[in-house]
Amino acid sequence: MPTEARDFAVRGPLPARDAPSGAVSIRGLRHSYEELQTIDGLDLEAREHEVLGLVGPSGCGKSTLLELIAGLLEPSAGEIEVGGAGTQRGRLSHCAYMPQRDMLLPWFTALDNAALALRNAGAGRAEARREADRLFERFGLAGFERYRPAQLSGGMRQRVAFLRTLLSGKPVLALDEPFASLDAITRAEMQEWLARALEADPHTIVLVTHDVEEALYLSDRVAVLSPRPARIVTELRAPAPRAPDRDATVTDPQFVAVRERAMHTLRGDPQ
Amino acid sequence: MTRWGLPLLLFATLVAIWQVAASTGAIADALRLEDFLVPSPSEIASSLWENRALLAENAWVTLREVLLGFVCALLAGLSFAVALHLSETLRRATYPLLVASQTIPIIVIAPILVVWFGYGIGPKLGIVALICFFPIAVNTLDGLRSVDADAIKMMRTLDASRRQILLRVEAPTALPYSFSGAKIAVAVAVIGAVFGEWAGSDSGLGHLMLQDNAQLETARLFAAVVVLSAMAIALFGALALAERRIVTWR
Repeated sequence: MPTEARDFAVRGPLPARDAPSGAVSIRGLRHSYEELQTIDGLDLEAREHEVLGLVGPSGCGKSTLLELIAGLLEPSAGEIEVGGAGTQRGRLSHCAYMPQRDMLLPWFTALDNAALALRNAGAGRAEARREADRLFERFGLAGFERYRPAQLSGGMRQRVAFLRTLLSGKPVLALDEPFASLDAITRAEMQEWLARALEADPHTIVLVTHDVEEALYLSDRVAVLSPRPARIVTELRAPAPRAPDRDATVTDPQFVAVRERAMHTLRGDPQ
Repeated sequence: MTRWGLPLLLFATLVAIWQVAASTGAIADALRLEDFLVPSPSEIASSLWENRALLAENAWVTLREVLLGFVCALLAGLSFAVALHLSETLRRATYPLLVASQTIPIIVIAPILVVWFGYGIGPKLGIVALICFFPIAVNTLDGLRSVDADAIKMMRTLDASRRQILLRVEAPTALPYSFSGAKIAVAVAVIGAVFGEWAGSDSGLGHLMLQDNAQLETARLFAAVVVLSAMAIALFGALALAERRIVTWR
């Protein structure tokens, strides 16, 4: 379906249940798994409604950092504040996490998967479905409400997973390589789709990806991480975050220059 | 054709060979036995028809023991698996004992249960439940533990409680495992019921088999075995059907 990303129309922000501040602030963060030091003295800030990209070599601790931010892990040392909350429980309640694989539950329909956070919050089945259903058309999923995840295309599955994350109503979203499993064309479409979705409904996003182009297109700022133990090597400002025409944006000479700098840094070349 | 055809063809061939070998007296001669001790399939079939009322009456007794025992084991096995899954301490304390308990031969326990609980349905029910409990509990526990760690993380950041994780993620993951355990259990449950009846009873297919053996009613003995097998196959089939209806996402 080559046009699936363009089918959906952006109309106004999503209904927010509350509006807590969505800033992320990390100072002097260290983390180790037993003997293995995964993160060593990391400082990072994301302002409210900012999209912060994280790129780094494989196994550098990107996913660990995301789990720390989301409150799934406790750091060995240092501070993490998400929406003003520093405790693990506080971070959990301010941040929704979208794992690398979509993790749609195969026994639920697309609609029930999307409505999962609402059900967990205590909404009845009918009420949760009604609320999730309102967003299906906007997400290009109209007509697929009753489909099981196995019957959906890769791009649709990611959109259901993203909708599920959004419907948690949390100000900060931690996305772990959300489009890594998709083919190149679908991935480009989904990046454009996410850019439009964020325009309509801004969130603070920490986006982990191994795709430098994806990071620079979707993010306001991209932090390049070192090999393990992870530190910030450099931070790059994206030239045209979420610009309307993705293909023109990523081939623009300025964009290409920043991408090359990021690639050099990732390879560890001297600057 | 290929799904049912092949096993049916093999079965028909074996029955035909048996029919020829038994009706010509070849087996009886080879074993130096009287002909009536080696019934042919056609004799078993006619015994099945002639004794249909007697067989049905005793089959109903055995079926009740199997069903009640199985349901008890199902309830106990599922609750036990969930309890062990939720409590690490309980799991470490009881799991080795659970495995060790499987080395006790049920056939030895059966007479003791009859001594304790008498000739009624109780001991049979207990033996069937004991046999069925283990495969259900162990398979369900394996299923509960096979849950994807990322799915749990996803649920936690969506503010799921322990109970919601169990009901919405772990239980559906474990369901196909429970069905596998239940199918194994129901197939051996009929053997458990027969053991129980042998240890002491006044009715049931196992009881009838003992009587037929003593009275050299070999055709009726085989007829009882046929009914027992049919019962086990039907129960297995019913569970497989229920699984297909319930586990629709596979």
